[in-house]
Amino acid sequence: MSEAPNAGPVLLDVRDVSKAFGTVEVLRSVSLQVKRGEVVTVIGPSGSGKTTLLRCVNFLESYDSGSIRIDGNEVGYREAGTRQRRRERDLAAMRAETGMVFQSFNLFPHLTAAGNIMLGLTKVRGKKEAEARSIAEHWLGRVGLAHKADSLPAELSGGQQQRVGIARAVAMEPKILLLDEITSALDPELVGEVLAVVRSLAEDGMTMLMVTHEMAFARDASSRIVFMADGGVSAVGPPKEILAAETTNERLRTFLARFRASHF
Amino acid sequence: MGYALNFNLIWRHFDKLWGGLLLSLELAVISIAIGVVIGLVLAVWYVSAGRVVRAVIAAYVEFIRNVPLILLVYLVFYGLPTVVDLAYSAPTSFVLTLSVYSGAYLVEVFRSGLEAVPRGQLDAGKAIGLTPWQRLLHVRLPTMLRITLPALSNTFISLFKDTSIASVISVPELTFGAQWINFNTFRIVEVYLVTTAMYLVTGYIMLFGLRLVERRFRAAR
Repeated sequence: MSEAPNAGPVLLDVRDVSKAFGTVEVLRSVSLQVKRGEVVTVIGPSGSGKTTLLRCVNFLESYDSGSIRIDGNEVGYREAGTRQRRRERDLAAMRAETGMVFQSFNLFPHLTAAGNIMLGLTKVRGKKEAEARSIAEHWLGRVGLAHKADSLPAELSGGQQQRVGIARAVAMEPKILLLDEITSALDPELVGEVLAVVRSLAEDGMTMLMVTHEMAFARDASSRIVFMADGGVSAVGPPKEILAAETTNERLRTFLARFRASHF
Repeated sequence: MGYALNFNLIWRHFDKLWGGLLLSLELAVISIAIGVVIGLVLAVWYVSAGRVVRAVIAAYVEFIRNVPLILLVYLVFYGLPTVVDLAYSAPTSFVLTLSVYSGAYLVEVFRSGLEAVPRGQLDAGKAIGLTPWQRLLHVRLPTMLRITLPALSNTFISLFKDTSIASVISVPELTFGAQWINFNTFRIVEVYLVTTAMYLVTGYIMLFGLRLVERRFRAAR
């Protein structure tokens, strides 16, 4: 376990998680910790297992071995080591403690912006309609969309939809927010508005684990960066260290060089 | 050719047609309502079930789709009571048949709709902590409905027309009323023209209503 001197308590503890799709090993004994209040960014070439790792954290994907704990509670299985899947009800309750924002937004198309946020608040958190509405309005205000509360997803731009997606996730007051390439499907001019929201959440102390290709953002906003390659963690460290051009990690250097070449 | 159209006899017996139309609608509405329940339950079951249940549901759908409705009507009305100790009126028998018949078509409509709901939406439902039942109710079914509405409209109208088959077991619906007038007046052209117009107009009204519903839902996509 990493033991930085000013470390908060470990919130997310991923240990030796492996997963294969058939014969393809997508995760090879991945371990990483996220402390409360930290923003940890996962980078790496496509197919390196970043998204799968994120989806294992809230058990949208199952994993074959290893353990994932949030606040000390094993996520998908009854106990570490046993492969006994939790009951669906318990899984739902655990998932309510993690928020997730998706690359393709995945808003519920039949519900308004406010309705998207209120669904979890009323059905999962058991809040009254009026209270849920005021929470939804609060968060829509936070992401700059107070005036769009009654708009349907189809009436919103990609950047606006994604901001609703973020509001939907954080309104549940999750312990940790998972961000899965949330700007990859956006037109370049819409990326900034979404990242600004993420930055402000980070400043509020929201714990986050994110996968992104926005290197500049990763450098500025992350406490630590995890570099994944071939399903394993290849390097972990503070942004400056990981994104340094003179890194000795061969794969990381190749990745960064390719990345720079394709982005300039 | 000395056939002169004369609608007077038709108007004199118009109550047979009007009453028949109302009964046709009644048969259609009840059968479709039961069919929707059958279709929804089986479709939801199908998409979450194992191989055995899927095979059984698929067999039901295939059976119904490959047997002419008129044959099923005969089987249920004349065949079934001779095998099992049951007694039912012709309209009840027909409603039973059309319900099971429409159920099979609606399973297919609903199943393909359920399978067309994007996985990302289901993931989003999971991610906010909805239970499987809540995901079905609040995420999957609403989206499925929106996807299937056009196909659903066609199926409903087609099922309404299928009520004409009830005439073969003397259920006094619209087509039976037309036959009655024909046998009693021999104004074959007039009576079937009027009857056709009645099916047509009713079908259009239904279609118009369903398109309105579709448009409401499409606006909300």
